[in-house]
This record gives sequence, C-alpha cells and structure tokens, in this order.
Amino acid sequence: MLLSLSIWIPILAGAAVLAMGRIEGGSRDALVRWVALAGAVLGFLVTIPLYTGFDVQDAGFQFVERHLWIERFNVWYHLGVDGISLLFVLLNSFVTILVVIAGWSVIESRVGQYYGAFLVMSGLLNGVFAALDAVLFYVFFEGTLIPMFIIIGIWGGPNRVYAAVKFFLYTLLGSLLMLVAMLYLYNKSGGSFAIADWHRLPIPLGVQIALFFGFLFAFAVKVPMWPVHTWLPDAHTEAPTGGSVVLAAILLKLGAYGFVRFTLPILPDASRELAWLMIALSLVAIAYIGLVTLVQTDMKRLIAYSSVSHMGFVTLGFFIFNAYGVEGGLVQMISHGFVSAAMFLCVGVLYDRMHTRMIGDYGGVANTMPKFAAFMMLFAMANAGLPATSGFVGEFLVIMGAMKVSFWLALVAATTLIWGAAYTLWMYKRVIFGAVANSAVSALKDLNPREFAVLSALAAAVLFMGIYPLPFTEVMHASVNELLRHIAVSKL
Amino acid sequence: MSPVVLSHLRALPEIWLLVATCAVMLIDVYSKDERRRVTFYAAQAALIVSFLLTLYVLYESEGTRQVIFSGLFVSDVMGHLLKLLCYVAVSGALLYSQQYLADRSLLRGEFVTLLLFSLLGMMVMISAASFLTLFLGLELMSLCLYALVALNRDSAVSTEAAMKYFVLGALSSGLLLYGMSMIYGATGTLNIYEVAGHAARLAASPTDRTFLIFGLVFLVAGLAFKVGVVPFHMWIPDVYQGAPTAVTLIVGTAPKLAAFAMAVRLLVNGLIDLAQDWQQMLALLAVLSMALGNITAIAQTNLKRMLAYSTIAHMGFMLLGLLSGVVDGNRLNADTAYSAALFYIVIYVLMSLGAFGVLLYCSRAGFECENLDDLKGLNRTNPWVAFLMLLLMFSLAGIPPTAGFYAKLAVLSAAVDAGQVWLAVVAVIFSLIGAFYYLRVVKLMYFDDPKEATRAAGSTGFRVALSANGLALLVFGIMPQPLMALCFVAIRTL
Repeated sequence: MLLSLSIWIPILAGAAVLAMGRIEGGSRDALVRWVALAGAVLGFLVTIPLYTGFDVQDAGFQFVERHLWIERFNVWYHLGVDGISLLFVLLNSFVTILVVIAGWSVIESRVGQYYGAFLVMSGLLNGVFAALDAVLFYVFFEGTLIPMFIIIGIWGGPNRVYAAVKFFLYTLLGSLLMLVAMLYLYNKSGGSFAIADWHRLPIPLGVQIALFFGFLFAFAVKVPMWPVHTWLPDAHTEAPTGGSVVLAAILLKLGAYGFVRFTLPILPDASRELAWLMIALSLVAIAYIGLVTLVQTDMKRLIAYSSVSHMGFVTLGFFIFNAYGVEGGLVQMISHGFVSAAMFLCVGVLYDRMHTRMIGDYGGVANTMPKFAAFMMLFAMANAGLPATSGFVGEFLVIMGAMKVSFWLALVAATTLIWGAAYTLWMYKRVIFGAVANSAVSALKDLNPREFAVLSALAAAVLFMGIYPLPFTEVMHASVNELLRHIAVSKL
Repeated sequence: MSPVVLSHLRALPEIWLLVATCAVMLIDVYSKDERRRVTFYAAQAALIVSFLLTLYVLYESEGTRQVIFSGLFVSDVMGHLLKLLCYVAVSGALLYSQQYLADRSLLRGEFVTLLLFSLLGMMVMISAASFLTLFLGLELMSLCLYALVALNRDSAVSTEAAMKYFVLGALSSGLLLYGMSMIYGATGTLNIYEVAGHAARLAASPTDRTFLIFGLVFLVAGLAFKVGVVPFHMWIPDVYQGAPTAVTLIVGTAPKLAAFAMAVRLLVNGLIDLAQDWQQMLALLAVLSMALGNITAIAQTNLKRMLAYSTIAHMGFMLLGLLSGVVDGNRLNADTAYSAALFYIVIYVLMSLGAFGVLLYCSRAGFECENLDDLKGLNRTNPWVAFLMLLLMFSLAGIPPTAGFYAKLAVLSAAVDAGQVWLAVVAVIFSLIGAFYYLRVVKLMYFDDPKEATRAAGSTGFRVALSANGLALLVFGIMPQPLMALCFVAIRTL
C-alpha cells in the first residue's frame, strides 16, 4: 500500500495541479504552488515508513503488492522494493520537494502545467523503482519521457526544442529495443513478465549476448555511457533548473538501476563475457569525459559532463562483480543524486539573477554572495570526491573494488579524483573568487530564505552521508550479496 | 415464430439500419432547417437503436457463430464487435462534422444518407459469409464514400481526389473480383467456409495449390488497396488531403474496420491453409508500409497528409499481427496474433477519430485547420484540446501509458511469439522514426507561440465527445484488459 501511495499521491496531486492551473496565471498560481508543495511533501512522508519498516536482513522484496492487471498478457501490478531500489524511492520523493520549492518564484508562465509535469513525473519515477513486472516497469520507464519532454520544451533555454526532441528520440530508441528483448524473454519464460521469473530462466550464451545489447541500448542511453551521452549536455543545458535537477538526480539513475535489475541477474554470463566492453566504456567516460569537462565554458554543460564521468564510475562498479564495486556504485548513485542536484540548484541561483550560465560572465561572486559561496564550496568539494562528503564514499568503494581486479584498472579509475578536482575547483575559482568581474556581479543579492532552506537540506544530506554512510549502506548489504551470489552462477 | 424467422433476426441491425436510413432520407426532404438538426438527430437515433439491437443480438447469440441466408451472412462475435465500433465511429463523425459542414455550406441531407448507406455496406462486409455478399457490401460502402469525397463539388482538389479514389477503387475491386473468381474456379463455391474446406484439400496437391495461390495474389492485392498499404497506397494521401476534413475523418475510421473484417474473412476464415503463402506477402507489405509511411510522413507540412502517411504506417504495423498467426503449419498462436491485430485496429480507429476530431474542432468558418502550423500554440489558446491532442499523438507514437502502446505491445509480442524477431526489430525502428513527426505536432502545440489568439469553440456535445474520445485512450492505456479480452473472444469464436 505504501508503495502505491508513493506513486499515486504525486500523480494525483499533479493531475489536480494541472486542472487548477490557468495559462494566464494570476491569483490561481499561489494556490497551485501550495497544492503542489503539499502533494510533494505528502509523497515524501509516505516513503519514510518504507525506510523505518525495512528489514535489513531480508534480501528479498518487501512491501510487496501484487494484483492481476492485464490478464491477456499475464501482466501484474506488482510492486516491491529491496535494498537496491528502496533508497531511490526516498531520494526521488525528497528531490521532488526541493524541485517544487526551487521553482517557487522563478516559474511564472504556465505554473500549473510546470508543477503538474513534475509531480506526475515524480510518481512515475517511483513506479520505475518499485515495479517488479517488466511491462509495469516499461510503462513507468517510458511514461517519464512525456513530462520531461514537456518540461524541457516549454520552460527550457533558447535551444530547448532541439534538446527536447533529441532527448526524447534518443531514449525512445533505446527503450524500444529493450521492449523487443522483453517480449523475447516473455516468450521464452512461457508467458511471464515477472522480473523474478526471468532471473531463474536459463538462456544460451548467444541469445544472452543479443539480449544484453537490447538492454544495453536502453540503459546506456539513460546512464548515459560514452558514446551515447551526447543528448545529456544538450538536455541539461536547455532544461529549467528543476528539470536539470530531476534529470541528474533521478533520471540518470534509471539506466544504472536497469543494469542491476535486469542485465546482471538475467544475463550473468553475457555480462561476464562482455564485462571488458562495459569496463572500457566506463573508463573512457571517467577519463576522457573528465578531460572534456575541463574545457567547458557553460556551467550547466560542465556539470552535465561531470555527471557522465561520475556515472562512468557507477557502471564500472557494477561490472567488476564484487561487493565493493556494486555497493560503491549504488552509493555513488545516491550521492550523485544529492550533489548534482545541489550543483544544478547553485547554477540555478546564479542564473535566476544573471540570466547567463557562462563562466566568463562571472567572477568574484564571493564578494557579493558569501553565504552562497560557502554552500557552493561544499558541493564543489563533494563533486570532486573530498573525504567527509558523500562523493568520497562511493568513489572510494569502487576504487577498492577495482583494485581487487587489477591495479591498472584502479589507477585509471582513480584519475577521476584528479579530473574531478580540477574541473570543479577551477570552475569554482573562476566564478566565485577573484575580483568582481562586472557591475552585474556587484549588484548580486545573496541567498533568500527559500534558496537557503533548499541548499541547507542538501548540504546536510551530503555531509551526513559522507561522515556516517552506514544508514545508507546497511540497507543494501543483504540485497547486494544476494545479487552477487546469483550472478556468480552460470545460467547456460 | 418459426426457427427460420428467428435465425434471420440475427440480421436485425442491418435490416433496421436500411429502414432507418430510408426514413432519415425522407425526413430530410421535409426538413427546412438550415442546420439539418432533425436529420442529424434522426441519424444519431438510428445509430443508437442499431447499437442496442447489435448488443441484443450479441447477447442472444451467446457467443456462438451462425450462418444464415443460405450461407450468405454470418453472425459472430467479431462481426458484432466491429459493427459496434463502426456505429461509434460514424456517430462520432456525425457529431464532429456538423458544425464544420454548416460553416462551409456543405451541410446537405445527402451527407447523412450517404454516410448511413456506407455504414450499411460496411456492416454487410463485416458479416459476409460469401464472396458475393462481401463484394456487394464493399461496393455499397465504396460508392457512398466516392460520393462523399466529392461532397465539395466546386473544389478542384476534392473532385480530383474523388476521381482518383474512384478509379483506383474500381481497379482494386476488379482485382479482388478476379481473385475471387479464381478461387471460385478452384473450389466451386462462393461460400467462404466451404472454400476453407476445399482449400484444405486442394492445398495438398501442388498443381491445385498453384492455382489457388494465383487467385490469392489478386485477393491480397485487392485487400491491400482497401486497407491502404504500400505499394497499393497511392490514393490515400490525395484522398485524405483533398476531401473535406469531415469526410477524411469518415474515410479514415470505420472503413478500416470493415477492411480488417474483410481480410479476416478472406484470409483467415477462407484460406488459412495457404497461410504460409499470404503471410509472406503480408510481411512484404508490412515492411514497405512501415518504411514508406513513417519516412514520408516526416516531410509533410499538411497535417491531413501527414496523418494519411501515418495511417499507411499503422496499417503496416497491424499486418504484423495478421501475419504471425501460423508458424510452420502450427496454429497455436493464431488466436493471440489475430486478436492483437484486431485490438490494434480498434485502438487505431479511436486515435484517428480523435485526431481528425481535433482538426475539425480547430477549424472555423473561413479557416481550415489542416497545416502543421495551424496548431501552433494551441496549448495557450485552448489547453484542454491541446492536452487531448497530446494524448492522441503520444498514443499514435505508441508511448505508454496510452492505449497505442498496448496495441503495439500486443502486435510485437505476436510477432516475437511467431519467431519473427527481425520483423519486430524493423517495426520498432520505424516506429521510432514515426515518433518524430508525432512529437513535432506536440512541439508546435506546446513549445511555440500561437499565430493569432483566436480560440476555437465547438458545441458542448462536440467538446464532451472529443474529451471522451481522447480520454478513452488514456483509460484503455491504464486498463487495457477488458478490450483485449473482448478482442480475444471475438477471434476465438470466429
């Protein structure tokens, strides 16, 4: 019941907000904002019992709901979370509140549609993480495209249409191939869409490899892995702040989550067979994209590329097949959810005041916005993976895991600590420090209470996770170990 | 009453509609109203009664099949289901087009009469158990449609479209008739069910089989014309663009259902033993249609023409279901595959009805909403209609949670079950290409600013019907089970 609530409360709130909103705006907008906030907060509150009531010893799915949905195809409305998916439901519901608050006074046109799209998407995203039936998963997975397309297209930057269409078509290509792979598994499993049934299905290696690529397209585009990452900088750059936050914090996690839920357990032999490819692509993302990030002149683009690089760490962790790697990858996903959300919000704060994202237009912001500079310092450090911030935990675990496989692998992976520090701190220096660059910067006002609240919440999360990661990792242990035991057994 | 009379009651909806149409024609003669309200109300009433009668017949039949009129007419669940949907489509067409036609002084009694007669033709086609009734129904439907396309007789584009439709339609009827005569020559019967019995025997001998296949080729070509798939699609873009939008709406909806019924009657009921032959032909038609339809649609600036190419692509997709029924002579998957195709066409007709409905809604006196740019900024001027169109477009593109997704899912699943994985992959790649031009419509409505801030306003009835139409796709997207189950029953009891 809780999972259903976490999905449907935001969706229904979104529908209500859509219905209340007026195109012209006016007095209705205030009401719309409060209803949206109420929906988001309520949606988050119902996910808290999921964490407090979660049995960390149990590797299986908990809070399971199962009803027959489409009898013709034996499709079930089947929900449940394990240690792997639980935290993403919480993260998503938490980020939704921040997004609602972040857009509070910034979004002025079509307010109802803006909040409606975000709330509906939040519900759909919870659905993706909770779905245990492949069709249900697919419906949520692809359903998220519609609100995101609208968000980028309406409230985005100058090149928004191009970015929105590119985002949509790129991800659609991947997911359609995944659909065919799913239908094949449905056929081979004797008519079952239950993901757990597929985990037990013996599949010959050749077929496993074909299916692996079917799923790979879908998930690699979402992660995004090099070389199918090119939609991300466009989408991030053009999206409104809230859109970038949800994209980076949650949507990117769908791909990585798909690897853990589908690719690894269903196709373990193909995964081992093709691990070299995945590791190679991840290393390219870490090292090459790290360098590409250095030369960006647009702050949002820079953070977008750094996301690609960080997500390379996640896929690397998954495909070295040990507990450090997988857990590190998962922790990195959560941490990146907080840190990238915070970074995009910081850029949003600047953009709302200056209406430019170019690094060159800034300089000496610390003089006029000291509080903001302090917050951004913390998030920049977390992005660079400084110890005692959340960014460190995941990267450290993955590097440990890589070290167990090969020293050289770990060495290349560890270069991220250098690149990460280089591009983040260099950007920070150019934007925040130095002399006041121009009159626009000197007229800047520091954070207002709304922005302060949002950034404090994220700062607390980043620090807490960096200093005391146990609450995050303990829920994962059982499920991750179970997963590793499962993929160690050949399914040929 | 004697059993014979009772069994003929199965044709009650057709009999009623014939009588009612004649009555509507007479009523119209005495109607002096400019807007022909009485005629329209009478027609709607006739449709509602037909709907109830069909439901009654369906209920009485208890899901059984019965062939009456000495083997000319079959009454079965699929027939009833398709007829019910035809009533919905025609009723929607009447509702959507009244204002549009009145604005263009095209509102004459003939429109209603021709529409109802073509509906009668469709019903006869759907229930045909013999080549003869099939052809009669087809001609009744087609002739009425030719006249409807030329409704705006002073428009050169319309008359050209009608002429093209007529000539190509006549040609395709000829092909179909020729194919039928070959089959008749081989089997010695016009009754489709008897043909099936003979074909099973004849297919075993290579010489007779060749003869049957010869006829089959013409049948498939004729069918391809009527369904509108490549390379027999040339009439579609011109007719869709040239006809008044109200008529395009009619051509693009109910006749598709009748053409589907014709395909099922001829190929599945009649010539299932030649399945491996016609499946190959359909595979070729399907791939070509998806390719040409989706790629050409991208280049269109006229919405009606774009939807025409989208129709071609969708019909190709639907064929995937029809061609996945029999694998190496094994008919285990047949019911699943054909019911997937049936589900697809039902959903398609709903989407097509809605999409043209939106075009009619946005058209006003002196303004024809038919170019892509005419939808610019619809979200600002008319957010609710824009939202409905958004649902329709995403449904056409097959994005969940709309009904279009399940239609695609069912058909793709049938293809994969039949071992046609490569066809499924081709289909998804072309539907990706197709997604682009549906997205463009959404982009124009939502991301662009309106050209002029005029607000389209239809009657309350129109608004309610259009909303129901659009939301139905969302409802079927969240709860597809009942309709899917119904389609399955319809095919199982064929």
